[in-house]
Amino acid sequence: MMGDRFNFARLKALMLKEFIQMRRDRLTFAMMLGVPVMQLLLFGYAINADPKNLATAVHIQDHSEFSRTFLTSLENSDYFKIIAQPETAEEAEHLLARGKVQFIIEIPPHFSRDLVRGERPALLLDADATDPAATGNAIAAVNILARDALNRDLTGPLASLRASPPPFRLITHPRYNPEGHTQYNIVPGILGVILTLTMVMFTALAVTREIERGTMENLLTTPARPFEVMMGKIFPYIAVGYIQTALILAAARWLFDVPMIGSLTLLSAVLLLFVAANLAVGFTFSTLARNQLQAVQMAIFFFLPSILLSGFMFPFRGMPVWAQWIGEVLPLTHFLRIVRGILLKGNTTGDILMDVGAMALFFTGATIIAMNRYRQTLD
Amino acid sequence: MQNDLVIDVKGLTKLFGARKVVDNVDMQVARGEIYGFLGPNGSGKTTTIRLLCGLLTPDAGTGTCLGYDILTESPKIKLEVGYMTQKFSLYEDLSIRENLDFIARIYQLPDRRDAVEASIEKLNLKARADQLAGTLSGGWKQRLALASCIMHKPKLLLLDEPTAGVDPKARREFWDEIHELADDGLTVLVSTHYMDEAERCHKICYLAYGQLLARGTANEVINASHLRTWTVTATSQKQIHRLARDLNGRAGVDIVAPFGTTLHVSGTDTNALNRAITPYRNDAGLTWAEDQPTLEDVFILMMKQSADNFQ
Repeated sequence: MMGDRFNFARLKALMLKEFIQMRRDRLTFAMMLGVPVMQLLLFGYAINADPKNLATAVHIQDHSEFSRTFLTSLENSDYFKIIAQPETAEEAEHLLARGKVQFIIEIPPHFSRDLVRGERPALLLDADATDPAATGNAIAAVNILARDALNRDLTGPLASLRASPPPFRLITHPRYNPEGHTQYNIVPGILGVILTLTMVMFTALAVTREIERGTMENLLTTPARPFEVMMGKIFPYIAVGYIQTALILAAARWLFDVPMIGSLTLLSAVLLLFVAANLAVGFTFSTLARNQLQAVQMAIFFFLPSILLSGFMFPFRGMPVWAQWIGEVLPLTHFLRIVRGILLKGNTTGDILMDVGAMALFFTGATIIAMNRYRQTLD
Repeated sequence: MQNDLVIDVKGLTKLFGARKVVDNVDMQVARGEIYGFLGPNGSGKTTTIRLLCGLLTPDAGTGTCLGYDILTESPKIKLEVGYMTQKFSLYEDLSIRENLDFIARIYQLPDRRDAVEASIEKLNLKARADQLAGTLSGGWKQRLALASCIMHKPKLLLLDEPTAGVDPKARREFWDEIHELADDGLTVLVSTHYMDEAERCHKICYLAYGQLLARGTANEVINASHLRTWTVTATSQKQIHRLARDLNGRAGVDIVAPFGTTLHVSGTDTNALNRAITPYRNDAGLTWAEDQPTLEDVFILMMKQSADNFQ
């Protein structure tokens, strides 16, 4: 009886049709399998909430056995990796400001002399605390380590110094974010994340929509050149990007009290490049996607690694090298460094040049691909 | 008279994969002509039109459109061509005025505002100019599309099935306007499935399976087909059906097409056709009259013949 009741044959017909359509849309099907695999790999292998081997600069003003022992035990802790030995405090400061290193360890002059005299000299540890999560464990480790790092060297007449308190004081400076507010790190980061998602998706959809609705055919018969069409799509969304930025920065300032030390003008200028880079990605996707669904999926495919590998969610330095390299390609990674650098560290143009260059390179590449992919014919 | 050929192409060929969608098509269209482009679905009409205006690149063939090389000068062609796509391709989420204004800006029309208002006035859509284009009925959409593609005063109009799904009155008015434009010197290439529209063209050509099978005026095409047609009138529907069944497939009978209580029986071989119908000539209730074949008869024949050739 073909009644109103549930009918398995009809259900089967519907399911069969769905499977056929699923198979037809290869890209969607690939995404359905690709996204979980990517998430698995990224979360499983790339992400590490307990970052080790953090880049450290040591400013040694007292070359002694004690200094060497202390540095060795630092490295043995696995949390610190000494990558630079700057000659001056200024040089060290630069490395920290530019994010080349996460820590500066300063061994003051006459460290060993004062130590031997039992004067408990101070050792300085400057940490880039913009991301409190990245430095927390390392700072905890160094405090434990300081207690008995030098015990092996304190022999003979010096053995008396082994007793607690330790023979020197460790003074930690969590720089840029002394109180360790995570929102200082998250809120500027959110700016980059939101811009990435919306900018890529808006443009990807904007062009695909023209194709899907058939208006592209009309547009192609007009004298409009590909570059004009692309810019015509991108500029309005740049404006949208700036409005979003204004909203987020206003919230950062007045709701979350995020410090804004650097120049907002500089930030606005860099923002243009960042937004344009993302829009170029979106435009490229729109030339690849056959419908709006595919365009959205591609945007997500770009968004996932951006959010996971850029250092937004998890400390960048905690990731394995291959993941860091992927991260270095993504514009969000560089923008996060810039926005945190400008707002929290007061970075100036000179400090952010490398990251700006990386974004410019990305933008150029994406634009070239997009322009080549965008056809002026329907071929 | 070379200068008076608005479209002059030879050997135009386009492949989609291994399939020849347009196969070695030659086409000449003179200035001021309304050139009808006929052929079954999938015969390559739309593709040919797209090749002419540079939307697609031909795989072979040479020629000019408006005096510009179709291979190298498509940007120049685009400036002087108005192309109305088969599917409505203006922005449904823009109002009528916004759509026209957009097109006027893209073509950098001088006196843009005046051009837009004049178009709206001519469309008689002044009261609805701020309505979204998506909310218009099929006939109005088609008029708006036409208005938008003649705003930049093109010299050649390419219309791809412009009247599909439009009611007869609107179609009639649309064609009146096409003729007015042609009188002003505009050349029009129009594809269609409607025979009455084909008959309103100065010249027509017939495309099937990518090949041009016939061209000329409607009469020339009919004459060239050497088709002879008999119109049979019967008293009852039943009788027509029986006769149609009997004649179908007989040697000499190429087409049997019922039209209500009349039947068109056609064949290209006069003698064979006469032999085939002789047994029925004196049946009671049937009136036989030798008749001029219609364009439709000719096209159905061509479609059949080309299908035979290609299958």
